[in-house]
Amino acid sequence: MARTITMLQAINEALDQEMARDSSVIVMGEDVVGGSGAEGEMDAWGGPLGVTKGLYAKYGDRLLDTPITESAFIGAAVGAAASGLRPVAELMFSDFVGVCFDQIYNQAAKFRYMFGGRAETPVVVRTMYGAGLRAAAQHSQSPYSIFTHVPGLKCVMPVTPYDAKGLLIQAIRDNDPVIFFEHKGLYETEGEVPEQSYSIPFGEANVVREGNDVSIISLGLMVHRSLEAAETLAGEGIQCEVVDLRTTSPLDEDTVLESAENTGRVVVVDEAPPRCSIATDISALVAQHAFDALEAPITLVTAPHTPVPFAGVLEDQYMPDAARIAAAVRRVAGYAQ
Amino acid sequence: MALTKDDLLKAYRLMRTIREFEERVHVEFAAGEIEGFVHLYAGEEACAVGVMLHLTKADRIASTHRGHGHCIAKGVDVPAMMAEIYGRATGSCRGKGGSMHIADLDAGMMGANGIVGGGPPLICGAALAAKVQGTRDVGVAFIGDGASNQGTTFESMNLATVWNLPAIFVAENNGYAEATAADYAIGAGSLADRAEGFGMPAATVDGHDFFAVHEAAGEAIRRARSGDGPSFIECQVNRYYGHYEGDAQTYRPPGEAEAARANHDCLDKFAGRVTASAGIEREELDDIDRAVAALIDGAVSSAKADPAPAAAEYLTDVYVDY
Amino acid sequence: MSASDLRALVMPKWGLTMTEAVVVKWLVDEGADVELGAELVDVETEKILSAVESPASGALRWRAAEGSTIPVGGLLGVIADADVPDDAIVGFAATFEAEFTPETEAVAGEGPLPQYVEVNGRSLRYLKLGEGGEPVVLVHGFGGDLNNWLFNHEALSAQRAVYALDLPGHGESSTNVGDGTLATLAQAVADFMDALELPAAHLVGHSLGGAIAAELAGTAPDRVRSLSLIASVGLGRELLAGFLDGFVTARRRRQIKPVLEALFADPALVTRRLVNDVLQYKRLDGVEDALGAIARNLVADGQQTVSIRECLATYPGPTLVIWGAADQIVPASHAGGLPERTHVEVIEAVGHMPMMEASARVNQVLAAQFEGRLTA
Repeated sequence: MARTITMLQAINEALDQEMARDSSVIVMGEDVVGGSGAEGEMDAWGGPLGVTKGLYAKYGDRLLDTPITESAFIGAAVGAAASGLRPVAELMFSDFVGVCFDQIYNQAAKFRYMFGGRAETPVVVRTMYGAGLRAAAQHSQSPYSIFTHVPGLKCVMPVTPYDAKGLLIQAIRDNDPVIFFEHKGLYETEGEVPEQSYSIPFGEANVVREGNDVSIISLGLMVHRSLEAAETLAGEGIQCEVVDLRTTSPLDEDTVLESAENTGRVVVVDEAPPRCSIATDISALVAQHAFDALEAPITLVTAPHTPVPFAGVLEDQYMPDAARIAAAVRRVAGYAQ
Repeated sequence: MALTKDDLLKAYRLMRTIREFEERVHVEFAAGEIEGFVHLYAGEEACAVGVMLHLTKADRIASTHRGHGHCIAKGVDVPAMMAEIYGRATGSCRGKGGSMHIADLDAGMMGANGIVGGGPPLICGAALAAKVQGTRDVGVAFIGDGASNQGTTFESMNLATVWNLPAIFVAENNGYAEATAADYAIGAGSLADRAEGFGMPAATVDGHDFFAVHEAAGEAIRRARSGDGPSFIECQVNRYYGHYEGDAQTYRPPGEAEAARANHDCLDKFAGRVTASAGIEREELDDIDRAVAALIDGAVSSAKADPAPAAAEYLTDVYVDY
Repeated sequence: MSASDLRALVMPKWGLTMTEAVVVKWLVDEGADVELGAELVDVETEKILSAVESPASGALRWRAAEGSTIPVGGLLGVIADADVPDDAIVGFAATFEAEFTPETEAVAGEGPLPQYVEVNGRSLRYLKLGEGGEPVVLVHGFGGDLNNWLFNHEALSAQRAVYALDLPGHGESSTNVGDGTLATLAQAVADFMDALELPAAHLVGHSLGGAIAAELAGTAPDRVRSLSLIASVGLGRELLAGFLDGFVTARRRRQIKPVLEALFADPALVTRRLVNDVLQYKRLDGVEDALGAIARNLVADGQQTVSIRECLATYPGPTLVIWGAADQIVPASHAGGLPERTHVEVIEAVGHMPMMEASARVNQVLAAQFEGRLTA
């Protein structure tokens, strides 16, 4: 039975149900419990934003607080995954990948291939990403394209509570390493979520709004902003089709191309900087495989090629918003060869 | 743990197999039969075998660039290893890994590792899995003096102590990280001093001496199996060949490797001791030598004759569910 | 219809979540004469495209513009006699618009909601509409749920209490289907009737639901006031090759869409929303196993393995069989060779989902069945 909960609750519920279902699922990370070794209460934090709160009471030692030692514990999660567990490791901010990337991209990502298909690494790395919280340059990035670039990793970025639960359950059950990106700005997003467990297959983009005039291909928080733009544009007679990629690896190329072929006009919206990004990747995909259908240049709406600034007036400009998306769509919709 | 005659013969056979394997790969590489990067373990056999004689199949190890010896001692199929080094479909990794990535998780071998310091975090994970699952299995991270300076090693030793993991860190200090001397690169009195700083007992042993390694490893593994947490062992040893095959080794003083072979060879030491005091006849060891030579001969011939992977294989083993 | 008798054609409410729909295409010209129950206009919600029927006989004097979005209860058209002056029509429409308040989403949620009942360790979801009369129980087909009746449930409930349930393994009921046999599923329906204190009811079953209803009619005829089977399984051997397997194993939109399209004569009825709803259901843990267990009891080697003809032969009550002539899943020829007292209704140009594709006709026939007005 479905009821309305937040994305934060949906992620907690997915972890809860999978830990209940499968004793090989463990959770580790910095303060995923909070209070280890201290004199006060355990589960003091339940994760820096409370995502894992309450799980310690049910699963005890299957939740492990780690020292601030990303190389060791992300690597330990990988090693445990190759040794029979299904660890869910929390890399608090995806910006911190700089101190543990080897464990993800040289170890986890390569085992299956490098060992000739004779190893499985069912590890999930949950990690926060995204700007908008005035968290500045080292706590606000959207580095999913770096991970998407690595063969052997699967990259997931849920947009709704429903997707968050189903995609996380899929991630835990998946036998490959999965990087699960959670946008800080989406935790309080509400939506209908079934109480039962369910899983959403990877590589299945979601058409969240149908329209025949312009395709907006987007991911993460930007899907919400794209929908906001699409609503405004509908009032002007421009019907947008909004595609949420859901996973960038595997990428649902077919749904992107179907939409591009349907509308002939494509705007790609991405919160990350523009070089070697998901936006450029989608643009290349469409240009390569749907060129004949295009009636206007593919247009990218992205962050600028700068670090994420701190001050509100700066950060607000940095992030693509509905107005910028709408302006891009208007240009594309009005383009005549 | 008292060593029976069977144990001793097994130890000798494993060390001899590693030696024969490496000497033969050296020859075949020089003859142009093997491609890529190969790092030989010859000279260090007592380290791998001294540790591995305590381990079961379910215990896990992580290895280094110089991984052939660890693989053989842990029970990875020798002809499959040779086939892997030749890039054959019949290899341990079906020709996709090569010398630097031989792995066999079923044998508890989590991979030779192309990243210096890649193994210790993985062994924390293997040890954690054993702890969570309530087995008495252990994880052993082999590192070199090079990896002893990596942050991953420090972090892993700390984490192993924090989580009281059944993990053992075995540093094979052969005096050189690539072409840089350990004396230059290790900014501490000794590796054992460092380990003690991470709160675990540490031992320094002669890595040419099987019995010394075996005894130190026995104590460390007993501690781990009893839930008493991690330990560290430094094995001081020599490598007979370069960092990689093709290394001119001009950074080494002339005659260093030869002197080590003449005066500290682990097989010579071992044979001398067991024939003198353990009731083992030289003929028994010679029989083993002949059997091992035949095994390696056979492994090389079959590797040469085995098929390369099917061309389409380069696309498989990613995204099984894609 | 008298000159003063103007009737508003309003946007119907199909299903609990519907709040508005788009006028896709008028099927009747402005000014044309229309009969009560005739299909006048295709409208499309997020979920489905369907026709709205005329609430009266008369002339269609005013039509909402194609492409416009009309809230539930809003004005789609005006039916009046041809001699009503245009001014009066315009005035009627203007007054209607002025007085109409669309229900907000908050209010939309306040209609009757599905409920849950514990039956033999299973939780079964059901929706009850209407009160009194001889109750009706609607039993959906394989992979369906109570929403399959969205074009029928409200219409049928004007005179009586109508219950639509989710079978075990379906919708939001428990996924435990036991051995997945017809007998088990029929027992679940009987248990459901017990739990809701329905000693007997008119049973309407679609496809698999038809066979379940017939099984119950055969084993407990006193509990079945009348039996109405829509595109039922169990009346012949043929079944569209790969349909059940395709439905059971599909996990993705591209896999399920062609399977769903085979259900309808008009594949355009399979909207993205419908596909998403089916996928959401199928993604639930246990559903694939439940459907697989049921499927194994229904077919072997691509042929149906159950027969309800024996049940129909022994069941003494009124029996109605409805079929779409263009049914690709179970051919309409299976409606042949039934006991003589059976009323058979084959509807042209309709597929396996007549209650959706020809809801007006199906509702009329079912109402007649419940009121005992049908003859063989």
